[in-house]
Amino acid sequence: MINDIISMNGYGIYVWSAFAFTLISFGVLYTAIKVQLIKEKIKFDAKYLNLNSNKKKAFRAQEAYKGILASNSVSKI
Amino acid sequence: MLKNFEPNKIFSITSKAPKYVLIVFIIIISIGLVEALFISPEDYIQSHSVRIMYVHVPSAWIALGTFSIIAILSFVIIIFKNKSFILIAKSLAPSGLVFNIIALVTGSIWGKPTWGTWWAWDARITSMLILALFYIIYILAWRIYDDNEKVYKITSLIAILGVINVPIIKYSVDWWSTLHQPASINIFAKTSIHSSMMIPLALMTASFALFSILIFLMKYNTELIKIKNKGLDRL
Repeated sequence: MINDIISMNGYGIYVWSAFAFTLISFGVLYTAIKVQLIKEKIKFDAKYLNLNSNKKKAFRAQEAYKGILASNSVSKI
Repeated sequence: MLKNFEPNKIFSITSKAPKYVLIVFIIIISIGLVEALFISPEDYIQSHSVRIMYVHVPSAWIALGTFSIIAILSFVIIIFKNKSFILIAKSLAPSGLVFNIIALVTGSIWGKPTWGTWWAWDARITSMLILALFYIIYILAWRIYDDNEKVYKITSLIAILGVINVPIIKYSVDWWSTLHQPASINIFAKTSIHSSMMIPLALMTASFALFSILIFLMKYNTELIKIKNKGLDRL
């Protein structure tokens, strides 16, 4: 039974490798984008923490940045 | 209406949505994989090799669809000078390229048992390869001209030029004598594929589309935070 599923009448090597390639590609792409996102968030956190209180105030007032502050760990400190 | 596409408004959605999209994607792809690998029947001519269709066809559809969306957005960017669409178009490209590569590689794997060769300079395969090249050029242009004002125009032109290839890919099997079979699924005509194969194909297509959305959301967030980081430097 298991041998039949693996061999698929001799086509198993093609079928399994096609599915494996697809899923590995998904994993690689997801990881690469996730790493990029985390890196940018860390950079943002570090830069934001280094701002003095006046600049932080001015920064928070800008509408365009509110979304990021709300979603980043910095805003929860 | 275009104001709804302002980065800040989109960010409020894109920052929360990925985890939900990821959960739905995992559920649908799990069901899709069981259907595609174990439940769906084998083909009377191609036997089990037909199962490659469940990853090959959705990948090709998503690659084509994504590039078409990028081209439409690029057209809007050029005509209406709408900068909100620039980030959306840019964020769609990576998943489109990966799906294009998956379509080419799985097609090649499928070609070996079906046609007896890994590769042929067939009209459909060659035009898909050209689409992959357009994706690569588009992504490279963003990297090369990232800090240049011209980047919007250059990338938009690449996308608009590349979209000419999309109908060529679609109709290549009708216009030329190719190794590829004609389309089995047609929105405007009777579909020749049986429901036992249609269900896994639909599930896999839905899961691939969800994965594409997931990558887009994450990439969009990354790009937006990158811009804000540059803004912080200027403070």
